[in-house]
Amino acid sequence: MRLTQGTFSFLPDLTDEQITAQVQYCIDQGWAVNIEFTDDPHPRNTYWDMWGLPMFDIRDAAGVMGELASCRKIYGDRYIRISGFDASHGWESVRLSFIVNRPANEPGFALERQESDGRRILYSTRAYAAQLPEGERYS
Amino acid sequence: MNAIDKRDRRDRYAAGVMKYQDMGYWQPDYVPKDTDVIAVFRITPQDGVDPIEAAAAVAGESSTATWTVVWTDRLTACDKYRAKAHRVDPVPGSPDSWFAYIAYDIDLFEPGSIANLTASIIGNVFGFKPLKALRLEDMRLPVAYVKTFDGPPTGIVVERERLDKFGRPLLGATVKPKLGLSGRNYGRVVYEALKGGLDFTKDDENINSQPFMHWRDRFLYCMEAVNRAQAATGEIKGTYLNVTAATMEDMYERAEFAKSLGSTIVMIDLVIGYTAIQSMSKWARRNDMILHLHRAGHSTYTRQKSHGVSFRVIAKWMRLAGVDHIHAGTVVGKLEGDPATTKGYYDVCREDFLPERLENGIFFDQSFASLRKTMPVASGGIHAGQMHQLLDLFGDDVVLQFGGGTIGHPMGIQAGAIANRVALEAMVLARNEGRDIVNEGPDILAAASRHCTPLRQALDVWKDVTFNYTSTDSPDFVPTTSVAG
Repeated sequence: MRLTQGTFSFLPDLTDEQITAQVQYCIDQGWAVNIEFTDDPHPRNTYWDMWGLPMFDIRDAAGVMGELASCRKIYGDRYIRISGFDASHGWESVRLSFIVNRPANEPGFALERQESDGRRILYSTRAYAAQLPEGERYS
Repeated sequence: MNAIDKRDRRDRYAAGVMKYQDMGYWQPDYVPKDTDVIAVFRITPQDGVDPIEAAAAVAGESSTATWTVVWTDRLTACDKYRAKAHRVDPVPGSPDSWFAYIAYDIDLFEPGSIANLTASIIGNVFGFKPLKALRLEDMRLPVAYVKTFDGPPTGIVVERERLDKFGRPLLGATVKPKLGLSGRNYGRVVYEALKGGLDFTKDDENINSQPFMHWRDRFLYCMEAVNRAQAATGEIKGTYLNVTAATMEDMYERAEFAKSLGSTIVMIDLVIGYTAIQSMSKWARRNDMILHLHRAGHSTYTRQKSHGVSFRVIAKWMRLAGVDHIHAGTVVGKLEGDPATTKGYYDVCREDFLPERLENGIFFDQSFASLRKTMPVASGGIHAGQMHQLLDLFGDDVVLQFGGGTIGHPMGIQAGAIANRVALEAMVLARNEGRDIVNEGPDILAAASRHCTPLRQALDVWKDVTFNYTSTDSPDFVPTTSVAG
């Protein structure tokens, strides 16, 4: 399966040139750019690990792309996403978030059902990859 | 100051009938206070009725007056409670009608109650005989009154955080046919659309609990579909479970069941009424639920320019009442919607401060004082081939609902959903790259369709579908340029 979290997951994987353009767009909007990675693709996994602090004062996308290259060197077997964070009043949250790196093989999720009263079913989504300990899931 | 102070009170309160303007409801020198509610009405007086007197009558009948003088006014601080018509302007290009501005003291209204606000402002007065027609165009709600409302239980930002979806419009589809599917077949449509790539599916306004599908069946099958699609994509999905029912007790029961099944969102119809909407908003706030409002019924009173209530006012009331989604028009789709007027509705839903913009039908500066924002929903007769227009008109914070434009795809529902999602993401990518999507839109879609067969098929099927009819509800003012200095 292909994990479709993030803004551009239905398009072919973005080239570095395309990623640079999106990063520059974030910078031009005044948003801080953040790089995060994970090997737990669960849809409720909010807190991916941060690659350093959000880049609040960066002016040029090239700096972000350098950081992305370094992150890929270590965590290239995992999911990596770039997000633009808008600190302005009334938003103060993420504005754009897209996957820029994904594992070669994405085994997907099992859906577990627990039968309950009145025909109700309690559902759990479990990533096949997450059965292994962190760091061993996609390598 | 107050005109009534200058008049001899004995004459003013002599028994009998007198003109509304002489009773103090017309005060051309009145300067509205920051805490006043101000309403602007389009009034069309009966032949021979003076527009000033008509405006004063509207002020009177929507506040303290009755048809004759009553001495019991003198037991009250009646000068304060009297609404004050203070400005009457001719409507451009319409010789029989006027815009009347009326100010109301904040003490006339119960805090946090849309029912009470509307009982005054659109109560008796709309049937008043000396007027041929009356329309509430806009209201300035003072911050002091706005702050008495809770507003949307979730709001645009928290909804996005909860769904983990940023940087693009959300995609939805209304399940079709809107009536007749069994629960099991209904859930099939939900599963296909969500797995294909939509974020939401939606019950239609008139899907409640009918002989062909009981509500519990619908909820159970829909949640199976939502969870299956979530596992298939790794994305959060939702379906607006319509809890509209005959009584509050029924609605609470259905909403509780939706919550027990893990739904992220429930839905209500505008026809349940303002008080029921506020009750459901408080329930949604207590239960971390996104609340979708379908504006069923609104066109009976919003569409005609001469009489009724503008949708921009309904949108303001609904943001205060506290809904997270509201249908606000598509411009390019099958339902009524002039572009400039529709922009006004979207601004009411999404802005924190809204400046007066007559060309969008916005008559007043309006602050929402950090009230959460309502996500507008564009639904009805839209398709992937219009993606560049939709993104340009509405930006990111909107739910684009392609019902027929998903389910009617020649290769099936999943293909329809994929086409919409690919078209959307390609357009957002291009916009962020600085491309002129309005003019290059068709090229961008064509390029995206080269790696996406479902999009190519969608573009082929619907390429010539447009709904170009003249809007009935368009702005009265056109932007004018002024020569500086």
